[in-house]
Amino acid sequence: MSSDTTTLTGSTGREVGVNKVPIWRRRKAAANYIALLPYVFFALFPFYIMGITSIKTDEEINNLGQSPFWATGIATEHYVYLANNTSFFNHWFVNTLIVTVAVTIISVSIGTLAAYALARLRFRGVEVFGVAVFITYLIPQTLLFIPLIDVINTIDEVVPIRDTYWSLILTYPTFLIPFVTWLLMGYFKTIPVEVEECAYLDGCSRLGALIRVVLPMAIPGIMCAILFSITLSWNELLYSLVFIQNETAKTISVGVITELIRGDIYYWGSLMAACFIGALPIIMIYGFFMDYFTSGLTAGAIK
Amino acid sequence: MVSVPNVDRAAVAPPPGPFRSRMKKRLGPDIDGYGFLLPATIVMVSLVVYPFCLAVWFSVSDAFVGEPASYVGLENFIYILTEDDIFIETIWNTLLFAFWSVLFKVVLGLSCALLLQRILKLRRFFRGSVLLPFVAPTALSTLGWWLILDPTYSHINWILANVWPFSYFGWGPYNFLGNPTLAMASVIFVNIWRGIPFFIITILAGLMAIPDHLYDAAEIDGASTWRKFYSITLPLLRPVLAIIILFSTIFTLGEFNIIYVLTRGGPMNSTHLFSTYSFTYGILNHEIALGAAVALFLFPILVVIVVFLLRMVRRDTSHEL
Repeated sequence: MSSDTTTLTGSTGREVGVNKVPIWRRRKAAANYIALLPYVFFALFPFYIMGITSIKTDEEINNLGQSPFWATGIATEHYVYLANNTSFFNHWFVNTLIVTVAVTIISVSIGTLAAYALARLRFRGVEVFGVAVFITYLIPQTLLFIPLIDVINTIDEVVPIRDTYWSLILTYPTFLIPFVTWLLMGYFKTIPVEVEECAYLDGCSRLGALIRVVLPMAIPGIMCAILFSITLSWNELLYSLVFIQNETAKTISVGVITELIRGDIYYWGSLMAACFIGALPIIMIYGFFMDYFTSGLTAGAIK
Repeated sequence: MVSVPNVDRAAVAPPPGPFRSRMKKRLGPDIDGYGFLLPATIVMVSLVVYPFCLAVWFSVSDAFVGEPASYVGLENFIYILTEDDIFIETIWNTLLFAFWSVLFKVVLGLSCALLLQRILKLRRFFRGSVLLPFVAPTALSTLGWWLILDPTYSHINWILANVWPFSYFGWGPYNFLGNPTLAMASVIFVNIWRGIPFFIITILAGLMAIPDHLYDAAEIDGASTWRKFYSITLPLLRPVLAIIILFSTIFTLGEFNIIYVLTRGGPMNSTHLFSTYSFTYGILNHEIALGAAVALFLFPILVVIVVFLLRMVRRDTSHEL
């Protein structure tokens, strides 16, 4: 609320006197925090369960009489198991990392060029390209995964990419380039044209002006594009599930789902440990750069 | 719309040859724009447009893994519509899934955004936590929910059995993913969990764009909180709400990860969506043609939504958020 200048401080009566905040206002503000707690609880619940289950011993997990919400000690056995008995760290994690980095570099460079042309340059058909980007952004992967197998097989006859992470490096940009382009198009439009004009007068070429003048001013937008590319490639499931069968070529999400779930007895401890570790890099990046994420989500959806 | 640098480029660039200037006359002053778009165009044509055409071709052929395909007309579509009961169920499942998911996401997202806007301290903590489901890898966080919904280990069943006042009623234990109705409710529930942040963040941005003086004026007129919400917030938020509802509908209709991890379409095909059913046909049964036909049913819905969206986005180009 605009007029709500309340500062929610401790329950000592002194602050009320100093700030002249009426008691009903403070109660109202406190009610907002209390009302938000269920949302926070709901959002964090599965992450908490993952974390707490991963540090329990198998005995403790299988003791159904005991509260599943708390662990009596910290057991590292599931993490050790992941490291020693599965391909989690030496293959899946590494593959995911390679794919993420490569795809991010490819998508952000190609997307930046396209976005700049669409936001700034005047040529016939620029509107059509803009609409085409928007439509490709909205085509779901569900529609493309079956024919893409065929495309990959065709390419595989020339360059061996089937069943390797190269097939993912090739296909992930299909959903990232439209997103990055859309995001940066909105961002470039907010940068004043006058600075570019100066660059042209100083003898810069188009590409020179983009790299030397526009990009440094668009760093927040570029950061946002990079962060989203990282997140979306790290989290992808469908393509990597369909294109990769070789156990050592899998990414984290697929590896965990196909290799760690065996038979009818689930090894919840190691499964939850894998989920926790697999989500951790993204959660940490998100923690550091939260503001970029929020601004990007808004721009990507609305502009 | 697009602002253009109006520098006299002829003064700085080398004099253009006759060919270049003729092209400029026909295609506009910035013909290098085509070069900037070339890499993106190559990728999108070869890996989106071409596969899409291939999907259309598969859907009117008898394609099967490892065999040459031939044209069969609309046979696949007729087959899944008239003889495949599971597909008819899939259509209903998808509509049900999308309707309840989007409805709850709007209501919960809007209420959470309104609350987040009102708090002043610990903003980053509260925002950061409620947005986390959106950035975390869906497949992995859904596995967390899988444990929470497991018939034996379910945390929900444990609460129902051991925590007062629930223990008093003697509810449960429920087999959340084993019963068709509960399984559908569960996948909708997890989809809502994952989708709320998208609504929260866009609605928050929409709320910020509403000028403060409207609320000040309403307050002077003695409007109640409810009246302010109903007469100011909601009408001004309507364009934003319309756009995110359409976006979310597209993503919800194409949902794959949550279903695949939690139920794989079961029990008894009660949670199949287009994506998982297409996966079953195309990947598990090697019936590429039928898989493509199932997935293509998404397309007409998509076209309608995209047309709506484009109209709205164009109308709101001046509406900066």
